[in-house]
Amino acid sequence: MRNVFLFLSRYRTFFTFLLLQVVALWFLVSYNRFHRAKFLGIANEVTGRVNSQYNRVEDYFTLKEENRRIHRYNDSLLNLLKNNFAKHDTTGQFLQDSVPFDTLGHYRRYYARPATVVYNTVNSQKNFIQVNRGSSQGIKDNMAVISSDGAVVGVVVNTSPNFAQVMSLLHVQNSVSASLKRSGDFGTAEWDGKDPRFLVLKKIPKTVEVKNGDSVLSSPVSFNYPPGYLIGTVAEVKLDNTTGMYQLRIRTAANFTNLQQVHILENLDYAEQTTLNQETKKKIETAPKNPK
Amino acid sequence: MNDFLKNTIRFALFIFVQVYVLDKIPHLHKFITPYIYYLFILWLPFSISRQWLLITGFFTGLTLDYFSMTPGLHAAACTLVAYVRPFIINILTPRDSSEFNYKEPSPLAMQWTPYAVYVFILTLLHHGYLVLLEWLSFGSFLDFLIKVVATTGISLLLIFTVELLFPRKLRFRTNTA
Repeated sequence: MRNVFLFLSRYRTFFTFLLLQVVALWFLVSYNRFHRAKFLGIANEVTGRVNSQYNRVEDYFTLKEENRRIHRYNDSLLNLLKNNFAKHDTTGQFLQDSVPFDTLGHYRRYYARPATVVYNTVNSQKNFIQVNRGSSQGIKDNMAVISSDGAVVGVVVNTSPNFAQVMSLLHVQNSVSASLKRSGDFGTAEWDGKDPRFLVLKKIPKTVEVKNGDSVLSSPVSFNYPPGYLIGTVAEVKLDNTTGMYQLRIRTAANFTNLQQVHILENLDYAEQTTLNQETKKKIETAPKNPK
Repeated sequence: MNDFLKNTIRFALFIFVQVYVLDKIPHLHKFITPYIYYLFILWLPFSISRQWLLITGFFTGLTLDYFSMTPGLHAAACTLVAYVRPFIINILTPRDSSEFNYKEPSPLAMQWTPYAVYVFILTLLHHGYLVLLEWLSFGSFLDFLIKVVATTGISLLLIFTVELLFPRKLRFRTNTA
């Protein structure tokens, strides 16, 4: 034993050196990722497994902080999302096909452009929707607007170069030609300005059989709306005894409160149809009173 | 001036220069860092005990390590330098002559040639060990050698510049003093 102490004291400088070297190398290994990786590579597989198991357990204790971090990160990403920014788009430009007829005699009558709602109200009596397409993208007055699931939303009433103002169905002056899907009878869908979930369908004669839940579609006799798009479903059947017509409460198919993506449908024959209509009226009114 | 105070000031100066000047400048040829801080260890008095020399060396390196965020790297190299220093001094200075006429190693105390050898060997050791630990792989032995040699050359240049620019006024110690 004494010899051991003698040995130690004789070489104590060397042992101090060794000790300090070990401490320095230990610092080096434990604080530097590169060196740790090197040493782990040298260490045998068992050590590596124990380390990774320990790491897996340890991860549970930092999960909460990790969650918080991810949540913060998500929040920052959310602010970078594309829908925070609006952009003028010209991809929806309609180009007249040089051959509008196909071999079966079909021709394009309606052309759809996508648009995004940028402004929308439901709680006024005169509700308008603003979408991010305008006259420079080919939007014109009186085009129909439907929601992304095919429900009628309204009609374009005014355009600026990059935006269009849409008169929503929830506007007291709005009146849409509608037809009952079951019988095909035409009526007029309007809004009474009270409840944004319901429209009123008028001018359906009481001879027609109507049940709750019947679908109401846009009618085929409208200039601006393509036929067959859903306006809503009958929610309440009420008979107006003074006129002998139904007063049907219709639950709107489009959810106006969370409207986001819409399509703007252009009736390519609109100008021709309306011109013909006006010419006809003028012709009849100015025609000589005495036929024959 | 008190030895301890003098060496403390020296220590602070060397670390300061190393951390805020030599580590900050763009590395020469992208990979050579000039080192001078270990001159502090080389300048420690002859009379310091080997244990204290080792511990001082260790903490000198560790201080620099905490500035450069590489704990243990310079500490290991400095400990090696501090361990080898007494051996080199013993070899280079004849035992019976001027060994203790001056307080610390200097060109004046050891003559220029032995002092140059002393500085050269310890510099080479320091850089060799440092670069070895830093690279930790002999993957490209030529790169390793080039880096050691180049770093040593730059450091020697710095050290001798310092010796010439700031000659230390060392008193010749006599028995009466």
